[in-house]
Amino acid sequence: MNLATQGFLGEYFLGMTMAQATLVENVAMGWGHVLSQQLITGVSNGMIIALIAIGYTMVYGIIELINFAHGDLCTLGSFLALTLVGALGMEAWAGLGGTAAVVTLLISAALFCAVLNWSIDRVAYRPLRGKPKLALLVSAIGCSFILINIALFWGGLPMEVFGGGKAAAAPKDFPSLISNENLLGAHSAITVTWRDLFVVMVTIPLMIGLTWLVKSTRLGKAMRAVAQNPTAAALMGIDVNRVIGSTFLIGGALGGFASVIYALYNNTISFQMGYRTGMDAFTAAVLGGIGSLPGAVVGGIVIGLVRALSDGYIEARWTNSVVFAILILTLVFRPSGILGAKLREKV
Amino acid sequence: MLKNLTAVCVLAVSSATLFSAIAWAQETPGETKKLKIISSLPLTGSANAQTTSVINGIRMAIDEVNGKVGDYTIEYEALDDASPQRGNWDPAVEAQNANKASRDLSVVGYIGTYNSGASKISMPILNKAGLVMISPGNTYPGLTKPGTGEANEPKIYRPTGKINYFRVVPTDDLQGVVAAEWAQSMGVQKVFILDDRELYGKGIADVFEKRSKELGIQVLGREGVDPKATNFKALATKIKAVTPDLVYYGGTTQTNAGQIAKDLRTANATPSFMVPDGCFENAFIEAAGDANVNGSAYITFGGLPADQLTGRGAEFRDLYTKKYGQEPEAYAAYGYEACKVLLEAMARAKTKDRAGILQAVAETRDFEGVLGKWSFDANGDTTNKVMSGNTVENGKFKFVKVLGK
Repeated sequence: MNLATQGFLGEYFLGMTMAQATLVENVAMGWGHVLSQQLITGVSNGMIIALIAIGYTMVYGIIELINFAHGDLCTLGSFLALTLVGALGMEAWAGLGGTAAVVTLLISAALFCAVLNWSIDRVAYRPLRGKPKLALLVSAIGCSFILINIALFWGGLPMEVFGGGKAAAAPKDFPSLISNENLLGAHSAITVTWRDLFVVMVTIPLMIGLTWLVKSTRLGKAMRAVAQNPTAAALMGIDVNRVIGSTFLIGGALGGFASVIYALYNNTISFQMGYRTGMDAFTAAVLGGIGSLPGAVVGGIVIGLVRALSDGYIEARWTNSVVFAILILTLVFRPSGILGAKLREKV
Repeated sequence: MLKNLTAVCVLAVSSATLFSAIAWAQETPGETKKLKIISSLPLTGSANAQTTSVINGIRMAIDEVNGKVGDYTIEYEALDDASPQRGNWDPAVEAQNANKASRDLSVVGYIGTYNSGASKISMPILNKAGLVMISPGNTYPGLTKPGTGEANEPKIYRPTGKINYFRVVPTDDLQGVVAAEWAQSMGVQKVFILDDRELYGKGIADVFEKRSKELGIQVLGREGVDPKATNFKALATKIKAVTPDLVYYGGTTQTNAGQIAKDLRTANATPSFMVPDGCFENAFIEAAGDANVNGSAYITFGGLPADQLTGRGAEFRDLYTKKYGQEPEAYAAYGYEACKVLLEAMARAKTKDRAGILQAVAETRDFEGVLGKWSFDANGDTTNKVMSGNTVENGKFKFVKVLGK
């Protein structure tokens, strides 16, 4: 969709741009170019937020817990990815090897985060089921702190990619495994890179797969049943704990994918990144209607777009205010979020 | 045999008691023989490499006098004023540190802070306690110089009216000015200015903007950013569209200067990137990635980088490298100098009294330190004004020229 927009607006300014491109090295951008570029940035950022938001919304849908540790789970996914990049010397994998590197990272981080998320549920949440909700929430906050500190420790490993382990807390540069070359040609005013495409190409199939899983499989059916009424589901012979465990596995895997996409798109990871990404994703989940899968996706993309447009057209320092103003307004008029009420499709 | 053993035991116990009694009598006739120096610097967070280096500098200064001034043994404690939640200095922690230092009467000196914003919190607390404070890193002018910051600055930091805060680095009203002049000398005509909305970052960006306008450099935009944003791609697009020659960011490594440099490159925007001394640490290059700053980033610093120090400064650098196995970060020499000034004043004051030591520090004149020969002026500022311009080459800082002489 954004490609179409940019094509249309791009053509509008084509004459002017081409004349200037020959004169100046630094290609001037018309307002149409700027707007298209901002939309591309917004959608890419939004997709990453959406993937993480799904993890929040799935867990909330099934056990009504805001899993504060989810953002920090993604941090660890990124740290694993960077460790692998360093250990296997992935920076040197050229050509097809580069693709292999990215696929390896995606799969390892997804497996790692899935297992980790499942273990967190098993150790820290499952024993608290049926206990007051507050206990569960505090347990989640505790897990978040533990994960942050693991990441802090991890960043101090004496590896070249971690800056030799001299400054555990410093932001780490994540090597550009995906080319930043402009697919529209070096002289185009609009930049669309493999990175932007990569975000979309990985995220959309994942979302389609997840929707299929929830709608059409036995497990999905069981998940929906547990979400609606755990007691009744148990009476029907559904192993509730197993279903909840699977939810954490799936949510964690998506978080793992998101963590690698985040790292490859932003090229920086730090032990604190989970706080901001988690905050954005949680906001997206609430905006879209917490508990609703399509809601999380819509919420994520809306927030990505609002952020980009606010950075671009208002002022960067107002961006957080704008995002939350929109959240508040939405909740005032639609307390259950954008898609929360209509599509009551809890997972 | 058994009898003998008992006798030996009794003798041993009684003599041990006697000795400890003597030792106790020596130590406690109202006068403790231990004095304490505290430093408060952000250790949790990306400034860690820099601040660890500062602490090493402080330790070196204390080791050089064998941990003793006159009859007093010097104890040193390095406090952290950052919290993991912020990954940067935290007002609550800084207040805690200052209160802790005030209450412990054996504390005679407070070396800190690294961030100007943090000093705003601890200055009034330490001022009331009459405790001398020497900063190795603060450059926000309003902390000491009347008329450079808010109307009530620096009075609000000195509730007792007495000056207890000193610093060994030149301030931003000087650094921001030389930065703009340096930019002009490199042929910059259009600039886009960003800041992190912190005391230090916004302050120096204000000075840079003012001086740029005076010099006739066109300021295309001025914005405060959200330092915790995951990326700045949207902002980079906005900047790219107005084609500045230079982007100036008033901020630090901790407020994401590295990511801004990176995203400007990612957006294929071509301006150079200039930052103040808050980014003069290897963590900045690591965060940005070599390729994004090599030859395109310019860093001003309120002093000379370690490899340009001469005379006593060079001695310091060599000693440091030998002792710690790596080159000192930029601010190590300032940590060393701050502690050295304090120890020297204590030796002159010949007292364990806070007021006496404070007086002696204020009277520091023509101090021959690693940064050259300098004095504290009436505001508590150093008279040293040597600054430097640096760039990045092959992933390492490279000195370009001395600024502001």
